[in-house]
Amino acid sequence: MSNKISAKERMRIERQSMPEQDATARAKNFQEVNLGFTEQLALLEAQRCIQCKEAKCIAGCPVMVNIPRFIQCIVDGDLPAAARSLLGDNALPAITGRVCPQETQCEAQCIRGVKGKPVAIGYLERYVADWAYRQANGVAGDAPTAPTGKKVAVVGAGPAGLTAAGELVKAGHSVTVYEALHQPGGVLVYGIPEFRLPKQIVDAEVRRLQDAGVQIECNVVIGRTYTLPELRERYHAIFIANGAGLPVFMHVPGENLKGVYAANEYLTRINLMEAYAFPSAGTPVMVGKRVAVVGGGNVAMDAARTAQRLGAERVTIVYRRLRADMPARAEEVHHAEQEGIQFEELAAPVAVLGNEQKWVTGLRCQRMELGEPDASGRRRPVPIEGSEFEVECDVVVVAIGTRANPLLTATCPELKLSRHGHIEVDSHGMTNLPGVFAGGDIVRGAATVILAMGDGKQAAQSINAYLKTKPV
Amino acid sequence: MHRIVANRRLSPNVIRLDVEAPRIAEIRQAGQFVIVRRGPKAERIPLTIADADAAAGTIALVIQAVGKSTRELTALQPGESIQDISGPLGMPTELIEKGRAVCVGGGVGTAVVHPIAQSLHKRGVHVTSVIGGRAKEWVIFEQELRQLGDVVVCTDDGSYGRKGFVTDATKDLLTAGGIDIVYAVGPVPMMRAVSNLTRPFGVHTIVSLNPVMVDGTGMCGGCRVEVGGKTKFACVDGPEFDGHLVDFDLLADRLSTYRIQEKAALDHPDGTCRVGL
Ligand SMILES: Cc1cc2nc3c(=O)[nH]c(=O)nc-3n(C[C@H](O)[C@H](O)[C@H](O)COP(=O)(O)OP(=O)(O)OC[C@H]3O[C@@H](n4cnc5c(N)ncnc54)[C@H](O)[C@@H]3O)c2cc1C
Ligand code: SF4
Ligand code: FES
Repeated sequence: MSNKISAKERMRIERQSMPEQDATARAKNFQEVNLGFTEQLALLEAQRCIQCKEAKCIAGCPVMVNIPRFIQCIVDGDLPAAARSLLGDNALPAITGRVCPQETQCEAQCIRGVKGKPVAIGYLERYVADWAYRQANGVAGDAPTAPTGKKVAVVGAGPAGLTAAGELVKAGHSVTVYEALHQPGGVLVYGIPEFRLPKQIVDAEVRRLQDAGVQIECNVVIGRTYTLPELRERYHAIFIANGAGLPVFMHVPGENLKGVYAANEYLTRINLMEAYAFPSAGTPVMVGKRVAVVGGGNVAMDAARTAQRLGAERVTIVYRRLRADMPARAEEVHHAEQEGIQFEELAAPVAVLGNEQKWVTGLRCQRMELGEPDASGRRRPVPIEGSEFEVECDVVVVAIGTRANPLLTATCPELKLSRHGHIEVDSHGMTNLPGVFAGGDIVRGAATVILAMGDGKQAAQSINAYLKTKPV
Repeated sequence: MHRIVANRRLSPNVIRLDVEAPRIAEIRQAGQFVIVRRGPKAERIPLTIADADAAAGTIALVIQAVGKSTRELTALQPGESIQDISGPLGMPTELIEKGRAVCVGGGVGTAVVHPIAQSLHKRGVHVTSVIGGRAKEWVIFEQELRQLGDVVVCTDDGSYGRKGFVTDATKDLLTAGGIDIVYAVGPVPMMRAVSNLTRPFGVHTIVSLNPVMVDGTGMCGGCRVEVGGKTKFACVDGPEFDGHLVDFDLLADRLSTYRIQEKAALDHPDGTCRVGL
């Protein structure tokens, strides 16, 4: 097939769909749902891009990936160039290609979306990234810089911390990442399940950073093992990226019954602790025969689809608004539907019900209707009187959000926080304490992988600038 | 990797492991714990730091072999290692400055009471430890506690010390008067009984709770307990709380969550059984 095509032909190509595992089969396994573009699909999809001069997609990307440039390299059949272009803009494309909400970012802006479907930028990003991972010798990166003699500590090995560490080590600093859990990756390893983001990808990324010279120390809880003031004495600069890992509960009666989990616990037991392999892995989990998941974000979809894969007979997502309002990635909602997850829209829990032995037996909910728009611009759900009904279940997973974990900040009262306990930073990502930077969910509240990575990259640049002003 | 430097049997099912963990040994405070993961696929288990030797860089963990995971830990011999130890976690014990304290330890809880007695003793607080077990061979940490103050030993069968429960001896001490604070650590029914005992005397009582934990950093919410009608995360807000405010029924109940799975794990050490899934 010739790669030269006319503009008219280009416009006639339909958006290519992602090959995926059959819905019935995959609802019982943990292998990745999306199988990735073939070379042929990638080429067809890449040809749909009309190479806009003022590409709107770039502005839609939180880290401004030069999208038409890497897509053109695919069209030219030059994957090494595509990989160099992409990796230069985004350190973790194999991850973001899988978990970014493209439909609200780059693809939402794509000009081809005005009359038809946008270019499948996420799928192409993943295609190039996976190609790069398969290359035995890797894709040549920038040559390392001479050591600066400056020491930087990073708190938390999630996407924000890992991205910052990679950039900082490239700049020649000595970088140590402190991670509270026994494994680096943050939400990428304890939250997002294997069927959406294979752990192998995160592991490979972590190894690449370690090979580049990043020291990762696990089992170190900043705020307990070391305090922030102690780190300030030992390092020239610090980047705090400890995430927003404090689960929010519903505060309804019955929430402490056996069988009620915060999504963080349910997913951590299964993803990080491998409870799906119990008892050959040591950590148990109550999977549940009938599972009710409360919430409408990615976390809720992940919990529901995980329960289904572990053999739950009926999984119901309970959400206050309409399916179309769900903050989850559109693809996840779609996949959940295909896999047979039930949706109770316009419903809010009022109580968890239990039996004499204090095991969960159901979730009492109230029907909602949509009223006036609230601050977010979405119509506010209002309870309908006398509309209570019950969802029968033996496990309830609460996935209604997380707040800032105060463990670290409590040991450093001088650090300026917002009203909700998030760390406040200036436009360079620096906190009120000189040399202490912060980013990711601990600053933004629960946000996205790409925003966390963007923060990590920006903080690394600011730290470089800051350290230039300091003697060794 | 944390090397085991000693493994000693303290009672028929309680083992003391001394493990290398220099940073934790240096800064741990009474009341704090660690989370231990023996190796790949192993569970994360919270264990109180029973003692520490900062110079040697070791901490002492006292483990009751009840389930599969704890049996595997107690089988570790000197030279072998624990892969992950994170800590010190939790809030340090609320200590009094002067006066008289009673430290009540039941079974393996006696090991948890030990660092509390140590810290109190160091401050010059008068410590009376009331410790107990089913029979003589179940009494642990007696010698260590004797160095920190008076010790009253109780055994259910009277084979050693006083016959009866630790609550009986505690009651006598409360009746005699002059007690400023009581620390009680042990099985849930014992902590509940001690708290009920001290309430009419108006003596402040601190208990150490042992709910199921995963991360130990406040991330999962699995360790939630109710104290004074409010939900608290034991791993970050505790593990020690005011015994007069703790909902012990809830604690005991939540502790039974994985009973079926734990039994299945013991019955199928080869791991082929998937009961509970
Ligand atoms: C189940 C789930 C699904 C999601 N799906 C998506 C998705 O599809 N797309 C998307 O864009 N976003 C998704 N998100 C959100 C996204 O994962 C987060 O926004 C992102 O991970 C935030 O990155 P971070 O680096 O700020 O924090 P985290 O990923 O939370 O990492 C923080 C790290 O710091 C460690 N830590 C915490 N406290 C301390 C301490 N005191 N000392 C040392 N270390 C500490 C933690 O253990 C953790 O490893 C999802 C989140 C969840 C929970
Ligand atoms: S907006 Fe769409 S068509 Fe234009 S450059 Fe970006 S991906 Fe290509
Ligand atoms: S153990 Fe997870 S929050 Fe306490």
